[in-house]
Order: sequence, then C-alpha cells, then structure tokens
Amino acid sequence: MLEAKNVTRFFGYGFLGRVKFPAVDRVTFHMENNPKILTVAGESGCGKTTLARILLGFLKPNEGTVFYKGRSIHHLRRKERKWFRKEVQAIFQDPYGTFNPLKKVDAYLFGTAKNLLGMSHEQASARTEEVLGFVGLFIKDIMGKNPNEFSGGQVQRISIARALLPEPRLILADEPVSMIDASLRMNVLNMFKELKKKQGISFIYITHDLATAYYISDEIAIMYRGMIVEEGPADEVLLGQHHPYTKALVSSLPEPGKREKWLKEMVNPPGMEVKEFLAPNCKYADICQKKSEKCLKEKPAVFEVGKVKVACWLYE
Amino acid sequence: MDLVLKGLNIKGGYELPELYVDAVSDVSLELHRNEVFGIAGESGCGKSTLIKILYGYVEPPLTLKNGSVELYTNDGNTFNISSLSPDELRKTAWWRHVSYIPQNAMNVLNPTTRVRNHFTEMYTAYMGLEKSEAFGRAQKYIESFGLPNDVLAAFPHQLSGGMRQRVVIAISLLLEPNLVLADEPSSALDVINQRAALMFLKNAQKMLGNTLVLVSHDMGIQGILTDRMALMYAGKLIEVGETQAIFDNSLHPYTKALVKSLPRLGDKADREGLKGQPPDLRQPPPGCRFYPRCPHSRPICQKEEPKILEIERDHHVSCWLYVS
Repeated sequence: MLEAKNVTRFFGYGFLGRVKFPAVDRVTFHMENNPKILTVAGESGCGKTTLARILLGFLKPNEGTVFYKGRSIHHLRRKERKWFRKEVQAIFQDPYGTFNPLKKVDAYLFGTAKNLLGMSHEQASARTEEVLGFVGLFIKDIMGKNPNEFSGGQVQRISIARALLPEPRLILADEPVSMIDASLRMNVLNMFKELKKKQGISFIYITHDLATAYYISDEIAIMYRGMIVEEGPADEVLLGQHHPYTKALVSSLPEPGKREKWLKEMVNPPGMEVKEFLAPNCKYADICQKKSEKCLKEKPAVFEVGKVKVACWLYE
Repeated sequence: MDLVLKGLNIKGGYELPELYVDAVSDVSLELHRNEVFGIAGESGCGKSTLIKILYGYVEPPLTLKNGSVELYTNDGNTFNISSLSPDELRKTAWWRHVSYIPQNAMNVLNPTTRVRNHFTEMYTAYMGLEKSEAFGRAQKYIESFGLPNDVLAAFPHQLSGGMRQRVVIAISLLLEPNLVLADEPSSALDVINQRAALMFLKNAQKMLGNTLVLVSHDMGIQGILTDRMALMYAGKLIEVGETQAIFDNSLHPYTKALVKSLPRLGDKADREGLKGQPPDLRQPPPGCRFYPRCPHSRPICQKEEPKILEIERDHHVSCWLYVS
C-alpha cells in the first residue's frame, strides 16, 4: 500500500542555511495492504514530523521516492492528486488547528463533504451524521458551535470524523493524543483500533509515547536523528529491544512498579547540542554504551534479527 | 509529624471582568519534611494555581479568596505566606526557604549572558560573596551535582533542553531551600532527558533532605518518584495518600479510572477512558464536581459536596461512596 524508499530530506542551517543536514535520512519501509497500525516513534527532533509531511505529500524529499498503491505521490497528475487526498487523510496534534476558528464546526464538515467529495446537500448531511456516529457523537452535539466551544478531546474526535469523511484507506496521525488528558486519551486510541478492525483503515501513528504505541500498534519503527534504527512487530521491538537506543528509551519510560530500577541506573544524555545529524558514523555512537571502533567509522548496515530489522553493528 | 508547610481551606481563582474562575476550591494539605509529594490531575484542574498560591505568587488576576498557607523553616521560623505580598516574600522567603520551578523553566535563563553569571549573581546577591569567590563556589556546586564544568562557560542556547532544565533546577536549589515546588519539570523533554532531569531532582532532594512538591499530570512519573501524592479534579482535592496506596488501592472513582487507563508495556489488555469532560469552572456545579462523569453516582452526589475524610490510615478521600 505505502512504500518509502531511501527517503531523504535535507534542511539548511547556519549562515544563509549553507550547512545542510538530513532531517530524514534514507528512510525505507513498507506497509502491506491489510489494515494495520504502524507507529513511528522517537524523541522530539528525530525527524518524525518531517517524515509525516513527506508521506502526506506536503514536502518533497531530496532523494528517494514514496509510493502509494504503486504511484509516486510526489509526481501525481491533478486527478490522481484528488484521489490521493481522499485515500490518505491526516490528524494533527493540535485539533483546533484543523478547524477554521470563525466557522461553525457543522458547516465546516458539510462544506468538506460537498467540496471534496462533490456530494449533494442531502448526501453531505447523511455522510456527516454517519462519520460523527463512528466517533460516538451526534449531529446535535456540534450543531451551530464554534471549535473553541469544545474541549480538546472532543475537537480531536470531530477532527477524526472529518478525516473519515472521504472514506480514507490510510490515516496518518501525528501526536494525536499528546494534548489530550489522560482520562480521555484511551478513548481516542480505542477509536483507532476499532476503525482498523471494523472499517479496515490503516494508521500511521506518530508519537513519542512508547506506552500508547505498544497499546495500539501492530508494527513499530524507532527513529533516531532522522534514521530508522529498529523496526518490526511492536511486541518484538519493545519487549525485545535490540538497538541500544531502543533499550535506553524503554528503560527510561516511567512506569509505576519499576521504581527501584528506574531510580538506580544513572543516565547522562549529552549536555551540549550535538551535531549528530552530520555524523558520518552511527549517529548514536556518541552516547552508546556498547560502541566499538567500527561504529565511529562506518554507518551501520541493517541486520535482521527474527522479524526485526536493526541498524546496529552489534548484530553483524 | 514534622511539618514544612500547612495549607488550610485554600480558595483561590482568577478574577476576570464579569466572571470568576474557581480554580482552587477549599483545599487543605500538609507537607512533611524530607518527602517527595506529588500533585496529579488533568490540565485545568488547578494544580498549577495551587502551587502558585503555596509559593505566595498571587498577583492579579489570580486572587486568594480564603484560607492560609504557613511555611515552617528548619531554623524555627514561620512564614505566613498567604498574608505576605510577593515583594515581601522575595526579600525574605523565596529562594532561601522555598523555591519554585515554573512550567517551561528551561526558557527562563537570560540568553545574552553565560550560564556562570546566573550562578555568581545568586551568590553575590543573596550570600554577599565577592565575584571571584562566587565563581569558585559555582564550580564546586555544579560538580557536586555531577554536571560537566564546561556548562558554566556556555550560553544557554548552546545547551540542550534537558541540560538547561537541569541548570535551572540547580539554580533553584542553590540556597538549599526547605521546600522546592516544581511545576511539570519534565513535560517538555523526551523520555531520556526527562529521566535525567527527574533523577537530578530526586537525588538533590535526597542530598538536602528537603521537601519536593512535584506537579505532574503523568501518573507514571508520580508512581515512580513520589512518596505521597494528592489528586485534584476541577479545583478540588479528591484523594491524598501514600503513592503506593493510591496505585494499589485507589479509593476515588476518578483515581481508579486514571490508574486503570494507564497503558503499560507488555500488557495489551483493553483500557477504557472516562466519558465526558471536567465541568466549567466559571460555573462549577453544586455537589461533587465529578458527579456527571462518575459511574457510581447517587442522588446525594448531585446535591451535597462530599467532605474529605480519612478512610484508611493516612489515606484521605472525598467521595460519598465511603460515607455510610
């Protein structure tokens, strides 16, 4: 369904942006056609949002290609572009940003259904009612209200309903629950699970939160400084933890119950801003506790451990 | 029990033209010496407002309507925080006896001056040291926390966010206050830096033997770091107790829901969130404020507010379920 091949995107910084660094560095993965939830996880600044923007076609990669159902999404003809917009939808971190603050929410949903899908008024209203039903809302809940009259959790639900309007096959969700309170967070995530099961929609869930990632995803890719360092079934990646970076992430996760262990081992992340993006070697080598000579010299190749792909010389 | 701070019937909120937001409503709490005390709750539940009132940083539109806050220092002094103005507190209690790490504290450093000047200024202004002496003290101080020395020579923007946060924490502890109030000290950091910053705080607390109040919405962090904790909901304190007891034997239906909805690695069992949303604090409902979302609600919950009662030893809850 979706395939990324060696996708790389450079950004410039420094004086006039002359120094270039890869925010996304040769990212390769593919999603098959059967519905599943793929998580792209990493810290802030690891390039996950840049990757999301490339996958949505907002940003062109400098190298590499992204294929959706066999077509390169950055070279679509006008008609195909419209088709792609319907097939692939997005949900963002700040749900208020999705809606026009001056427009009533119901008018916005009707309008989207009419313009994007070319529906008549009756069809649009029926479809709006249907998608609101999928997220557990009724049309009377949103009638005549502005976006700021809803709480964050509700607006996020409405933005999911909006994304469902054109019957997408893939939804890309960039940190969809990080602004939502803990007591409501699970409702949104459960909704993704249900949409996958009942409507066969696939998700790419972009997050920094490994606990929720584990809860909903079938597969997970861990990103560090623009590269995917480990990828595979969620169980095997998060419980097996092959890459030293995955280990560090999982062991730092605050979970009640692992109090003793969490407080015992000292971690020391780098204090200065480091130029790891530019490193010609393994980007994690600076802080890796298991590094060898080779890691400082050469970029790691990708090795397969069971169903997991790991970019680390430890597994040579 | 050795007390550091006692807050009694605190009621405070935001006085805006033609409306009043009831952010903290009738909250009483006691903080003990040498403990980590957590305050948890969702955004808008009043936890940051409560912390500001405990610190005495009450400036319009925030107003204190009722209640008192008293700070008892190690040297036997008592500060009646709720009756002193911020200016008076700045001269007497702040930094020396109580310090406050606000949200997004990593951005409070002055970007035009090196990190070392932040430290030396504290030494010269509060301890009357000479500048040359102050620098030496700063170096020793930084080392005692295990931070690299070259941090002092750097400008704030050269440091990573996590390191800036640790620097701010180090500054707040410089005068060894009896009480440290930290508001979401790690929420802008990724997990590895978050762990470093929190361990830094915890180790400093152990070293100084003082009291740390940790405000965080993250129940995972609360579970790992705090000795005792309180839960807030819509401006009310709904449950207080030892952290272990709160997790293993939560009493309030809201606490139960929060603990139950916490996802954990290695456990894929379905988790349910709560329905509905917190009430509008401009017009808080009568009775229990959790009533509209509560799965166990009874007629009395809607009419009368439950008092906070000690149900088990050192475990308080405000819920009609436990009143027979």
